Amino acid sequence: MQVLRKMGLGFAAMLASISACADYRWNFPEPATPMALDTLHVHNKFMIIIAIIFVSVLAVMIYSIFAHRKSKGCTPVVDKAPSTAVEIFWTLIPFAILLLIDFVIMGIPAYHSVLMMENTRDKATMVIKVTGSQWRWQYEYMDGDAKGIKFVSNLTTTSDQMHNLAKKDDHYLLEVDNHLVLPVGEKVRVLMTATDVLHNWWVPQFGSSRVAVPGFIRETWVQVIRPGVYRGQCKELCGKGHGYMPIVVDAVPMADYKKWVVAKKAELAKANAGADKEWTKEDLIKTGKGVYEKNCAVCHQVTGAGLPPAFPPLTGSKIANGPIFGADGKYMKDSHLDRVLNGIRVMPSWKAVLNDTEIAAVITYERNALGNSVGDVLQPSQVKAARQ
Amino acid sequence: MSTTTVAHHEEHHDRPAGIMRWLTTTNHKDIGTMYLTFSLIMFFVGGCMILGIRAELFKPGLQLMNPEFFNQLIGVHALIMIFAALMPAATGFANWMIPLQIGAPDMALPRLNNWGFWLLPPSAILLTLPFTLALFGIGDGALATGWTFYPPLSIQGGIGVDFAIFAVHLLGISSVMGSINIIVTLFNMRAPGMTLMKMPMFAWGWLITAFLLVATIPVLAGAVTMLLTDRHFGTHFFDAAGGGDPIMFQHLFWFFGHPEVYILLLPVWGFIPQILETFSRKPMYGYKAQVYSFWAIGGLSVVVWAHHFFTAGMPVPALLYFMYSTMAISLPLAVLFFCWIKTMWKGSMSFETPMLFAVGWIILFGIGGLTGLVLADVAADAQYHNSYFVVAHFHYTLFAGGIMGIMAGTYYWLPKMTGHMYSEKLGKLHFWLTAISFNLTFIPQFFLGLAGMPRRIPDYALQFAEFNMISSIAAFALGLSQLLFVYNIVTCTRGGKKATDQVWEGAKGLEWTLPSPPPYHSFTEQPVVK
Repeated sequence: MQVLRKMGLGFAAMLASISACADYRWNFPEPATPMALDTLHVHNKFMIIIAIIFVSVLAVMIYSIFAHRKSKGCTPVVDKAPSTAVEIFWTLIPFAILLLIDFVIMGIPAYHSVLMMENTRDKATMVIKVTGSQWRWQYEYMDGDAKGIKFVSNLTTTSDQMHNLAKKDDHYLLEVDNHLVLPVGEKVRVLMTATDVLHNWWVPQFGSSRVAVPGFIRETWVQVIRPGVYRGQCKELCGKGHGYMPIVVDAVPMADYKKWVVAKKAELAKANAGADKEWTKEDLIKTGKGVYEKNCAVCHQVTGAGLPPAFPPLTGSKIANGPIFGADGKYMKDSHLDRVLNGIRVMPSWKAVLNDTEIAAVITYERNALGNSVGDVLQPSQVKAARQ
Repeated sequence: MSTTTVAHHEEHHDRPAGIMRWLTTTNHKDIGTMYLTFSLIMFFVGGCMILGIRAELFKPGLQLMNPEFFNQLIGVHALIMIFAALMPAATGFANWMIPLQIGAPDMALPRLNNWGFWLLPPSAILLTLPFTLALFGIGDGALATGWTFYPPLSIQGGIGVDFAIFAVHLLGISSVMGSINIIVTLFNMRAPGMTLMKMPMFAWGWLITAFLLVATIPVLAGAVTMLLTDRHFGTHFFDAAGGGDPIMFQHLFWFFGHPEVYILLLPVWGFIPQILETFSRKPMYGYKAQVYSFWAIGGLSVVVWAHHFFTAGMPVPALLYFMYSTMAISLPLAVLFFCWIKTMWKGSMSFETPMLFAVGWIILFGIGGLTGLVLADVAADAQYHNSYFVVAHFHYTLFAGGIMGIMAGTYYWLPKMTGHMYSEKLGKLHFWLTAISFNLTFIPQFFLGLAGMPRRIPDYALQFAEFNMISSIAAFALGLSQLLFVYNIVTCTRGGKKATDQVWEGAKGLEWTLPSPPPYHSFTEQPVVK
């Protein structure tokens, strides 16, 4: 047994040194939050425990495999069940060890980790809301200076890169247009929900992962301890774009964060101001092309051909070529505008994701490009009115 | 254990010939053979699907298929492997061996038995038909939600979901009928003198499995039916907008899904000790302890389900309860491991193919079990959950613990079933190829998961490229090695060295008192067990 124990310890030491390596490819990525740090410790500890169990049990078995062979002339012994008190005592020892491992050595740290993980409110200085949609994340700042900042974060990897027609860059599939920006050192309470199906917001370096459930709010928290860019992915199968909705978080010092808040607010105000002016058809089509390719092309395709039967073509579509408003000039159900605002079945509702200008632009684009030529124009002000 | 002499005479049966024999048979061995053949075929169907996946994941980028088709393959692969490969294989062995092991002439309910089997091919067709229909422009392919059917994704899905729901209904009916048959047979048809606590271990494993199936399959059937009505009849069981809850489906599904793991494994835990005692030439250690552990695991398995979705959000007391109850499963499981190793200890071992598979099985299943123990930890699970770590973990339990166990059983009983010895050399080659390529396929996946690769993604970031490439190459080696398995089985069926009645020097039990192959009706006179 002495030998076995030494072997176990040796193996444990080896594992510990591997996990301590600067290069974390063999283990969790380098933790960036207290929770991830805790998770890594728990994980390393458990891995060492199970490695010791595995190696010691295996060693006994391998010894037996080589020693107790028929070819070596071994004759089977007759086993006796433990009968005396001493024998029963020795039989129960492994049981006691396992109880100790399960519920004390593993159980107690696990208990504390769970409490820490679920404690989303204490000392939280800000709240953000993360909304999962097929197949993008939307972020909203709920309080403080940043209150009201709200944006959508889309994958920027191009279709050519995915289909091996262009060179894949370093952050292939892990880059988005709008990063979530968080201040370093602050505990951020993260509320999570979804608009269509289940999603899971997971940044491995944060150690938190929570399912976003449509119709419910789930919560978790992050407290990034080091500035940096952190990347993650959706972890709950959510349809064909499941692999294409990454998460990118910029953790920046408080001063930089404050600057970002001011800049972002100005940017959003400018975008919203566009809703009140009269746009030309050309400007709308130009803006709409960008909106379309970012949001709509994943299903309806860049050419508008769609992927029938699940995703209908827009080219020649009845809805995209029909009237936007009723004969009385009022909002009409099942019109092009209604479809974009409210969605139907697989088609998501874009009401909360796109602003008035973007909706007006994309509808105008769909009606005057992609092989359609209805010729009319939808103004942002009309979208604004339709929302009410 | 001794038996009266069995009178065997080749009777003249007025059974129909050709296809009608197989369609109408009520003979437990014929039905067992059909189950095993079906299972082998579906093993290859499911295997080809996953090789498609591994080929796509060979390198970053989309090479062979679009993401929709990728999602269909992963879900149908799992359903086929679980319901159409592993479960029928275990049922096939039950049909073949339970009457032989307990000294019965046949199963208690032979016509039910026939019906139970013939529900399987239609359900396999239901599962795979949407692929073909999509080629003709009907529907958009098979189930694309993964095998777990999670709503709202499954409510959004196309006709593939409906096909899969009906397939699950049929498979469920088949399993429940098979289970009832086994329970009735074991309670009523044991040889005189064979008390429950003298039953062979395989029969015990199946008895617990049968009870678990009867208890949990109706819950699954109910859950998928609720899904069906949500899809087509305007109910809102799983839709928050109508007062439902998508997470409720996960509770219902895993109330079946977790016991399902033990449903797949208990029959294997039944015959592995029998293989160990045969090739250690020494009676199995701790028979009673193993039986009680079976009961303990069966009982625990229905009260731990929520550990499959810790990240879906639940109250802290629930998290702690499901964590600790899951960890508790390690106790009876440790008893089993102890008994298996103690059975080998100071025996007189020889390493024919079944024994190689059994010993390899203990090691690999051990890895699956131990990684399961760490997965129970809620905090670390936030990282493991739905990552490739989980994929590797459950393939260690279900491929190594399930399918490699079934392979051990196949080599163990094949000479009894066919009357011929298989080629020992090729059998051993099959074992080593399978064991090595299996590990090379799944060890990299543990590391992929730790590094942060989510499961069920058709394409991945560049830092995951090397491990995926190794895994894909090894997966193809693993797949190709299984051709050797088929070759071994086919040549053994066709001919080879005659097998003796006892087949293995150390084999004990009623099935080894009959000739190899056994007569059409197994025991025409009941043996008496002392």
